[in-house]
Amino acid sequence: MTQLGMTTYACLFVPDFPVQAVLRAEPELRSQAVAVTIGRAPLQTVLARNEAARNAGVHPGMSKLELESCGGITLRRQSAAQEAATHAALLDCAQAFSPRIEDISCHTLLLDVAGLEGLFGSPQQLARKLTDQASRLGLAIQVAIASNPDTAMLAARGFSAITIIPPGKEAAMLGPLSLEVLAHHASNFSHDDDKLFDTLQRWGMRTLRDLAALPEIALSERLGQPGLHLQKLARGETQRMLVSSEQALTFEETFELEHPIILLEPLAFVLHRLLDQLCERLQSCALAAQELRLRLHLDTGCADDSCTVSTAPSIFIRTLHLPTPMRDAQLFLKLLQLDLRAHPPGAPIVKVHLAAGPARPRAVPTGLFLPPTPEPEKLELTLAKIAAIVGEDKVGCVELLDTHRPEAFHMKHFTPPVADPKNEKHPTFVTAMRVFRPPRPVNVSLENGNPVRLDKFPIVWTAGPWRTSGDWWEPENWSHDEWDIAVSEGDSMTLYRLAHDLLCRSWFLQGTYD
Amino acid sequence: MSLASALPRHAVLPLASPGERKPPASAADWLPSPKLAGVSLASRLEVRLAPEMAASGVPALDRMTGGLPRGCLTEIFGPASSGRTSVLLTALAAATHHQETCVLVDAGDAFDPLSATAAGVDLTCLLWTRCNEKSSGKRNPNRSPIMNRLDQTLRIIDLVLQSGGFGIVAIDLGDIPLTALRRIPLASWFRFRRTVEHTPTILLVTASAPCAPSCASLSIQLRANATYSQNKPAHAQLVPNLRIEGELLRSRLPRKPVHSATANFSFRGSWENLA
Repeated sequence: MTQLGMTTYACLFVPDFPVQAVLRAEPELRSQAVAVTIGRAPLQTVLARNEAARNAGVHPGMSKLELESCGGITLRRQSAAQEAATHAALLDCAQAFSPRIEDISCHTLLLDVAGLEGLFGSPQQLARKLTDQASRLGLAIQVAIASNPDTAMLAARGFSAITIIPPGKEAAMLGPLSLEVLAHHASNFSHDDDKLFDTLQRWGMRTLRDLAALPEIALSERLGQPGLHLQKLARGETQRMLVSSEQALTFEETFELEHPIILLEPLAFVLHRLLDQLCERLQSCALAAQELRLRLHLDTGCADDSCTVSTAPSIFIRTLHLPTPMRDAQLFLKLLQLDLRAHPPGAPIVKVHLAAGPARPRAVPTGLFLPPTPEPEKLELTLAKIAAIVGEDKVGCVELLDTHRPEAFHMKHFTPPVADPKNEKHPTFVTAMRVFRPPRPVNVSLENGNPVRLDKFPIVWTAGPWRTSGDWWEPENWSHDEWDIAVSEGDSMTLYRLAHDLLCRSWFLQGTYD
Repeated sequence: MSLASALPRHAVLPLASPGERKPPASAADWLPSPKLAGVSLASRLEVRLAPEMAASGVPALDRMTGGLPRGCLTEIFGPASSGRTSVLLTALAAATHHQETCVLVDAGDAFDPLSATAAGVDLTCLLWTRCNEKSSGKRNPNRSPIMNRLDQTLRIIDLVLQSGGFGIVAIDLGDIPLTALRRIPLASWFRFRRTVEHTPTILLVTASAPCAPSCASLSIQLRANATYSQNKPAHAQLVPNLRIEGELLRSRLPRKPVHSATANFSFRGSWENLA
């Protein structure tokens, strides 16, 4: 087992980053030759390609016309949003292991992994776990662990898979690497080294070993301090501090569609993919989602060919507020599907953006004697399904309003209550009322101002009236005289609440006592 | 118990000719044929345990029935103004007092939150679903509004019972006419009963007539004793005491009464509490 020194750094490098960003969003393309292009049509050129495309002869800078000669190459445009999401996923992967991270570029991260042996084992095991974690997030990365940051970066960029460089063997292990690796590495920090590398090329330098073997004084006389710095990099002798930065926790995924989606069913496949990635990222950070924000870019342009002016894409936004933090991609998908079925976007979708509001996962209370409570995840899905049947305003928890107005309540989202041992509400024996919604208009016969007949049925008992009014300053004011009446309907007796609306002079039944 | 009685009905017994004395058969001879390998012995059949009983909140009813059985279907029926809703709200109040989460599937959209609060129901623990023929669910345009309500009700009950974890699932069919109640498939009631079986959920149905006759573990009929005072009541007193007579018509529980039992109880007018 390789032992490292006190200071240990790991570098995560994503080769062919633009291609991996595309493959992460479209995993079914992994087995195909894929190239990512840049530039406007018809002047697109290849920016990056995967291994299969490389074997087919595709190289960066090729034009689209040249690509057609290769055949069987799947082309995708470079997507800044997908690359940003992939970079965020890479950061999440790193943050699951170490809090000290230096964000070198979108495809390269440096981690301070000193002292993590107790948590993750030997450097080999740590590197394997880093690779596995990245793989779960849809990324194929190269990992290198070394005693100084620059050596780790060079090794991660130059060697495939996992590389562990023990202290003192930096120069030997970096030696076979091409000078291009050093050129790429130096370009991250300085853009003035091109002439130096041209000079080194002319001197016949091909590998880092060649550069490391040059005499220091002679090199300094010819290339100055930049040349000496490059030689130190090649020997793995540079020492610098890690410039760690606090990364904001943003969980966003974007998918740009080649062709607009019209139906909700194909959209579900895209959402499922994005939700899977989001949930994986949340899990890597031991977090859950408190809310989901779906932003759909709609193509509102004219579908007719004669229409040459297309309007800017409009944005359709839906937000799901979850009662408790959750992390279940299947559940999120069902909730989004039900929500979109109730509120369809209304236009073809060209871009899908999904964001999750992170929160700490729900702590499940345990106890033998706790009352039965539905699982929040199941309950949320059930509520969404019921809302799809009866309507959103017809299901939930009722909250009374502070007014004497009849039917003064509003429905709010139902959340399982937290057990309150101080609940002092005791059941009392009260005659309940069943409300008629809306109130039923009736014909009432009066005698001495009292109701004696309800339609064709005799009123055998009355109590009242009870006058109630309010909100006289509002257009929706009310003023009622209320009676409780017993009506003989054949062989049964029914208790009603009868109301006389003093504003519109009409009689109606508010409900029955039952 | 003889050995033959302990055997499954389809066990293959060894044959012996008359007069021939065979040695006692070994245990292997008594094994069932391979075709019947999956058939369990009668002695291994699951023993149905007595359900746990929960207080309904009405002591007189509890004395009569022993409470509301968990994991069973209880049916309370009676005509309008017979106290069905009052009993329902009292049961919900008793359950929410113990912080149980309850559901009210309101087929007629007749639930009165003020009455529930007066009865002691903790509204934060109650999920209210209001069926309505005007809602946006899937509906057959040729079906009557009542049948639409009923269709919604049955679908919601299925969803709620599948979700699980509720203390009481109350189904209020009080405003559904008898003709529509009769059209609820019996298979639906069997499915509901089967779903709540072995769960701590009380499935409580209130209706104007018995609608789940062979599925209900308890069937209680309510009647109102209409003895209203002929004197004019005092101001701020609208509804006097509502006196109820409850009769236990059927019980599938171990403490099944030999004859139908009755209980009398009363509910006060909510205005009396305020006055």
